[in-house]
Amino acid sequence: MDYLVNVDNMTFSRGDRVIYDGISLRVPKGKITAVMGPSGIGKTTLLKLIGGQLQPDQGDITFDGDSIVRMSRRELYQTRRRMSMLFQSGALFTDMSVFDNVAFPLREHTKLSESVIATIVALKLHAVGLRGAAQLMPSELSGGMARRAALARAIALDPDLIMYDEPFAGQDPISMGVLVKLIRELNDALNLTSIVVTHDVTEVLTIADYIYIMADKRIIGEGTAEQIQGSKSELVQQFLRGEADGPVPFHFPAPSLEKSLLGEEI
Amino acid sequence: MNWIRQIGRTTLDRVSATGRAGLMLFGALVAPPSFKNIPLTIKQVYVVGVQSLAIIIVSGLFIGMVMALQGYTILTDYGAEGSLGPMVALSLLRELGPVVTALLFAGRAGSALTAEIGLMKATEQLSSLEMMAVDPLRRVVAPRFWAGMLSMPMLALIFSAVGILGGHLVGVDWLGVDSGSYWSIMQSTVDWDKDVINGVIKSLVFALVVTWIAIFKGYDSIPTSEGISQATTQTVVFSSLAVLGLDFVLTALMFGIE
Repeated sequence: MDYLVNVDNMTFSRGDRVIYDGISLRVPKGKITAVMGPSGIGKTTLLKLIGGQLQPDQGDITFDGDSIVRMSRRELYQTRRRMSMLFQSGALFTDMSVFDNVAFPLREHTKLSESVIATIVALKLHAVGLRGAAQLMPSELSGGMARRAALARAIALDPDLIMYDEPFAGQDPISMGVLVKLIRELNDALNLTSIVVTHDVTEVLTIADYIYIMADKRIIGEGTAEQIQGSKSELVQQFLRGEADGPVPFHFPAPSLEKSLLGEEI
Repeated sequence: MNWIRQIGRTTLDRVSATGRAGLMLFGALVAPPSFKNIPLTIKQVYVVGVQSLAIIIVSGLFIGMVMALQGYTILTDYGAEGSLGPMVALSLLRELGPVVTALLFAGRAGSALTAEIGLMKATEQLSSLEMMAVDPLRRVVAPRFWAGMLSMPMLALIFSAVGILGGHLVGVDWLGVDSGSYWSIMQSTVDWDKDVINGVIKSLVFALVVTWIAIFKGYDSIPTSEGISQATTQTVVFSSLAVLGLDFVLTALMFGIE
């Protein structure tokens, strides 16, 4: 199988805190790969590493065979035109209308005439169901609509790779359903490769072709949805079932309560 | 011993922040000129310059009026109220114009720049520009910087001009100083190079410092509501102190030694 993104034995730390300790993962072309894990373990950081916004301490990350880590600035900017990212907040430019937001990458990177751009923008907005909202400002959109508008902007340049950062966070069930459908349909219709970073288990199990589960600086489980559900790892099972206590403890590390109360150790 | 460690840490933080600020400005300005940036810069001139006009004009008018009033009561003791015109004009062009404009600019436009860029960072707009292969330093920072550099000297000149008119309003129209002597002595005393150009140089230096601090504080802010509020406050405090300190240095260089 062909892989678009290849993370090889990568270590990354922020200050003294190690975020990733030698992880490796591969993203097959044309598929939806999900990266799941508890909040606060740096799933967004992984996307920023793939996008070249951060540099790993060790190891390599390649995109379509070229190392992101060793690229010059110019090459990196060229490569980024082939990938796009849907941020958790949508990150629409608040001073532009939805139309101008979607047109932005086209105006920046192509020499297309305004009439061609208008046609492309209309098609992209139609794909996410927001053609009628083209003239609204981002502040007039609901959370779900903002994310769909951002998705239209993300596919404006027909990228090879699209990275979703927590696409389902804070969405109502209907918007969630719409997004799940859009991610699947766009991936198949535009022949994209998708990486979805999330902690919403049920949604991911329905759309992801391959799943990585991360915890504690490394990958603790991987496989298709069935393989993951059948995993013997207690950690994976705790995560899938959302149990409060288990290998990931309920308590943040602390001295024992008895000792603290008796004033022996604080 | 903790305070020694604290001094060392603070010094290191300051030095590394200065380095980051230098790199930011370098990244924003050292680039092939792009024609796409011209409309963006014009828009920013409108935001930081034109929208600051009201506060600049009102402040200039009142400062000119107050100076004429104060100057008149002192000068009239010596029968020198004819020198009111040059007194008002020189203080405005050399000192108050550039300095007060820079302080007002820091409060009105500088804080807005910091908050805007800080929020763009917090809402991931800067990150998303980068992922769209658009350099936020060139797209966001550079136009705002040039807009500040263009606007501030013009605002300072407008401030001085309005202040001189305000002085006329109080000194001549109200207190009865002779209009001819107000203008003609001013004209013969004020020197183009020494007074007007030096004032413009001052306000260019202040523009550089205030805009740089404002943009850097936003760009370097911690992207939370607390971080942005802190950055905005720091912009106003740091740029005001920098303007006042630099004003002394510049005045010493320009007018100190004859």
